Amino acid sequence: MSQSKQALLDPLFDNNPIALQVLGICSALAVTTKMETSCVMALAVVAVLTLSNLSVSLIRNYIPPSIRIIVQLTIIASLVIVTDQILKAFVYEISKQLSVFVGLIITNCIVMGRAEAYAMQNSPGHSLLDGVGNGLGYGLVIIIVGFFRELLGSGTLFGVEILAPVTTGGWYQPNGLMVLAPAAFFLIGGFIWILRTYKPEQVTED
Amino acid sequence: MQSKVGYIIGFSVAICLVCSVIVSGSAVGLKERQETNKVLDRQKKVLMVAGLMEEGVKLAPADVDALFNSRIRSILVDLKSGEVDTTTDLSTFDQAKATKDPEQSEAMEKNRAGVGRVPHKALVYQLSKEAMKEDGTGFELEAWILPVSGRGLWSTLYGYISLATDFNEIRGLIFYQHAETPGLGGEVDNKLWKAKWPGRLVFGPKGSEPTSWDGVKVAVIKGQAGTVEEAPHNVDGLSGATITSNGVTYLLRFWLSENGFGPFIKNSLSSQGTETAALQAGGDVR
Repeated sequence: MSQSKQALLDPLFDNNPIALQVLGICSALAVTTKMETSCVMALAVVAVLTLSNLSVSLIRNYIPPSIRIIVQLTIIASLVIVTDQILKAFVYEISKQLSVFVGLIITNCIVMGRAEAYAMQNSPGHSLLDGVGNGLGYGLVIIIVGFFRELLGSGTLFGVEILAPVTTGGWYQPNGLMVLAPAAFFLIGGFIWILRTYKPEQVTED
Repeated sequence: MQSKVGYIIGFSVAICLVCSVIVSGSAVGLKERQETNKVLDRQKKVLMVAGLMEEGVKLAPADVDALFNSRIRSILVDLKSGEVDTTTDLSTFDQAKATKDPEQSEAMEKNRAGVGRVPHKALVYQLSKEAMKEDGTGFELEAWILPVSGRGLWSTLYGYISLATDFNEIRGLIFYQHAETPGLGGEVDNKLWKAKWPGRLVFGPKGSEPTSWDGVKVAVIKGQAGTVEEAPHNVDGLSGATITSNGVTYLLRFWLSENGFGPFIKNSLSSQGTETAALQAGGDVR
C-alpha cells in the first residue's frame, strides 16, 4: 500500500484512534446520545485534525524544537475556536447541544497526538491525509455509538421516530441506560471486541 | 539557528500574530450571523409556548421573524415596581447578560427555587389575538408569556410560561434549556406531560377576583393529579424525578410571586383597561 493510501485508510480499522489507541474517549461518551450531535462532532474533529496536521506539517522545519508543543497547541486552539464560531453561526441549535465539547477538541488527545507523532515528521500531503483518516476513524466509532444510543435510548434516528416509545403511546420501552454515559463504554468496548476478534493482531499481550 | 533565543521569540510572535488574526477575523466576521441566530432561537421558543409553532417543525428564519413580529409584542418590565419600562431599547437588551451584571440585577437570598440573581428588568411577551399591522395597531391581548428559571436536580431549567389575560389560567409551559436526566427529569420535555398544563390555574378558582387570591397555588404533585376540573392547581409529578418536579413548582412560585413578576401582575390587573392604551403609547411594539 502506498504511503498516502496507508495514511488515509489505516486509522479506520487497522489503527483506529479510539479502538486501538483508546484516545479521545471523553468526548465520545459525551456527545453520542444523538446521531445529529455525533455527526457534527465527527465533522468538527475531521476539520480540526486535517487543518492542524496540514499547518503543523507545513511549518515543521521551522518550529523550534524547544517550543514545538506550545506551537502545536496554539494552532489547534485557534482552529477549534474558528470551528466553534462557524458552528454557532451556521448550526446554532446543534452547537448549543455540543456546548463545551467543541472547545474540548483542544484536549482531544487524537489531535495533539497526530500533530506530534505524524505531522512533525511527514510531508504536508501525507499529513493532511493522515488527519482526514484519523478524523474519520474517530468519526466512524462515535457515529456507530451514536446510532445505537439514539435508536435504543430514544427510539429515534436524527430525531425521526423509528421505534415508537411507550411515553408517547407506542410499544417500545426506551432503554434508559443508553442515554447515560456508561452505555458508550459498553458500546465502544463491544466495538473493540468485535474489531479484535476480526483482526487478532490488534490484541495486546498481557 | 532554531535554538537561538531570538529566533524562538520571533517565531512565537509570528505564530501568535497569524493565529490571532484568524481567530478574531472569524469572530468578527461571523458575529452578525450568530446574533441573528440567538434572536431567532428566542423567537422560536416564544412562538412554541404561544402555540403558534409546532415543536420539531422547521420554519424558515424569515417566516419565524414575520410570525413573531405580527403576533408577539415584547415589553420590558421593571420587576420591583411592576411598571413597564419604555426607555430601554429592547433590541439590545439581553436578559441573560443583565442577570449576571451586578449593576442590572439583584442577588437573592437563598430560596427554594435556587434563583441566585434576579434582573431589575425582564422581558415579557404579549400574544396578540390577530396578526398586528405594520404600525402595531390591531393588537388585542390574548396571552402573556413570562420567562421563568430555577434549579432542577442537575441543572437550571429555563423556560416560558404562557398565561391567559387574567394571569390565572395557564396556557402552556415549556423548558427550552436544561440538563436533567433523560427519561426521568428530562421528561419535562415530554409532549404528554406538557399537555397537562393548559387550563390549570395559578392563583384561585376560575374566574375569581384577584382580591381573593392568596399566593401561588399551582404545584407539581407526587402521582396523578387528575383532570383540570378535579385538580385545577395540580399537575402530575414526573415519576422518578421528585426533585425536578419540585423544582418546577418552586420556580413557578418564585417567578409568579413578589420577587418575580408579582408586582407586574398586580399592576397590570389593577389597571386593566387603561393599561393597554399606555402600552401602545410606549412606541416599541416589537
